[in-house]
Amino acid sequence: MSDATTTPRPGTRTGTDTAPAPRTTAGAIPEPEPGTLAAAELALADDALVLSQRLGQWAGHAPVLEEEVALANIALDLLGQARTLYSGLGDEDALAFLREERAFRNCQLVEQPNGDFAATIVRQLFFSTYQELLYGQLTTHPLATKAVREVAYHRDHAEHWTLRLGDGTTESHDRTQRAVDGLWRHTGELFQPLPELDVDWSALRADWDTRVADVLTRATLRVPEGAQGHGWKAGGGRQGLHTESFGRLLAEMQHLHRSHPGATW
Amino acid sequence: MTTVLPGTPSDTPAGAGPGTGADAGPDAAPRAPMDAEAAARAYGPAFDAAVAADERIEPRDWMPDAYRATLVRQIAQHAHSEIIGMQPEANWITRAPSLRRKAILMAKVQDEAGHGLYLYSAAETLGASRDDLLDKLHSGRQRYSSIFNYPTLTWADVGAIGWLVDGAAITNQVPLCRCSYGPYARAMVRVCKEESFHQRQGYELLLELSRGTEAQHAMAQDAVDRWWWPSLMMFGPPDDESAHSAQSMEWKIKRHSNDELRQRFVDICVPQAEALGLTLPDPDLKWNEEQGRWDFGAIDWDEFKAVLKGDGPCNEQRLTQRRTAHEEGAWVREAAAAHAARKQARTATEREGAMAR
Ligand SMILES: [Fe+2]
Ligand SMILES: [Fe+2]
Repeated sequence: MSDATTTPRPGTRTGTDTAPAPRTTAGAIPEPEPGTLAAAELALADDALVLSQRLGQWAGHAPVLEEEVALANIALDLLGQARTLYSGLGDEDALAFLREERAFRNCQLVEQPNGDFAATIVRQLFFSTYQELLYGQLTTHPLATKAVREVAYHRDHAEHWTLRLGDGTTESHDRTQRAVDGLWRHTGELFQPLPELDVDWSALRADWDTRVADVLTRATLRVPEGAQGHGWKAGGGRQGLHTESFGRLLAEMQHLHRSHPGATW
Repeated sequence: MTTVLPGTPSDTPAGAGPGTGADAGPDAAPRAPMDAEAAARAYGPAFDAAVAADERIEPRDWMPDAYRATLVRQIAQHAHSEIIGMQPEANWITRAPSLRRKAILMAKVQDEAGHGLYLYSAAETLGASRDDLLDKLHSGRQRYSSIFNYPTLTWADVGAIGWLVDGAAITNQVPLCRCSYGPYARAMVRVCKEESFHQRQGYELLLELSRGTEAQHAMAQDAVDRWWWPSLMMFGPPDDESAHSAQSMEWKIKRHSNDELRQRFVDICVPQAEALGLTLPDPDLKWNEEQGRWDFGAIDWDEFKAVLKGDGPCNEQRLTQRRTAHEEGAWVREAAAAHAARKQARTATEREGAMAR
């Protein structure tokens, strides 16, 4: 129900003098020009929001209480990063809740379902290592100095768990190896250059390969062979092509906001 | 109070807090073992005097077995409530209607996990173990607060829980900051600070809805209609039916009766509801000029008993989710333990190697 069509109840905010500025509605969310800095920032913001949303699904389901706290911490940091970036681009809620699936520019890695704890940890290791290296290079970006400290913690957390799980029991080793093998094909996309960001992408890729291989080896895990965009060429998230489960993630995230056009929360 | 008795659990963390005197350290002179009755005769008077003087009882102090058991039961139930209480609110994390509210809610649910951690630690200072307490929760031998057996059906329920459930929790817990058992009292100081944040955020969420569109206002009113009475039940049965109250009051674990606290809560909420522009679903709410308090209608104790017995709308669901998370996490905990053991063994071998050289 929109403010404009309802009969005012005493005390409700309906008068034009107090009503919030009309929100941009679905379809009218301005899309940044491809190849601009804004487009790159939107991609980074979408990465952070989508992974935060995935991690938020763990609440109440974590294997130990300490991980309830740790996973929520990571989710909160990522949400904070997304909000900072969105706010620089427009209305954060319009960008998060009113864009369609094809307008999201996040990489496919972050939208992959949580799976078991091993899959969540491996996804985090792959992504946080990428983020740490990326923000480490973006020294002049206003977000980077704060974010690089946060993501170093995320990477450290994921690294420790990869070591525990890889070098734990046979079961945990096998589950973690499966996660590594399954998510590997979504890692190639991380190194697709985002124009206008001051990043040496081939150095980023080389550093990522070295670091991830080092952690996996120490965790007694096998580094997958072959191209990172192996099989059906995974990737396309940066162009707005996503995997099937992403539509459901968005539906769940956006439905309440969209059910009350123009409302404030 | 620092009377140390041999036989008190030795797995209490070092430096369990102020009040653990120097003579209570691990180097305390060994004393001859003493049977329980002799111990009660020797140390009971000092314990009683300490409680009477409002001093804190610390983990290494002698305490009556029943005092220890009462505290373990109460702290465990409190810890279980924190972690089960994450579920109804976590239900809305993925659907929060703005990014700001999503962040607030995530942080709140995370705080509740943190409260669970402090409280299990407080129970461990009494010789209990977290694993054992969780086992008792999962097998239904220990309880959690019945309020969490109600469902969160709309976004406004997140606000109603913050305002009413966290509000009732604060009313219950502020007096526990002066509880006679030191670690519990100190945990409560920290917890209460965060709960009052939650209460304000819940209130603010409801205010936004109440002043929002007609649909939002209706959502807020509906949530308050559903959560008001269960919140009043959070203070437990009426005083004349409360099984543990008298002894707990004597030990200064509890400082006010259930009915006193319930009345205090109602008196706080009535003006707040008015400020929110929402109605409390009780036609019998009336200002009592003589007593200076709000009179309220009869609570449906049959409903309370039914939910307590396991027949609430979500008892089965909450416990099943908890058990499932625990069972599905077993391989993770086993892996962590196996890794830690292997690492320790490696370190030991390296050390031996270094010594042999
Ligand atoms: Fe709490
Ligand atoms: Fe709380």
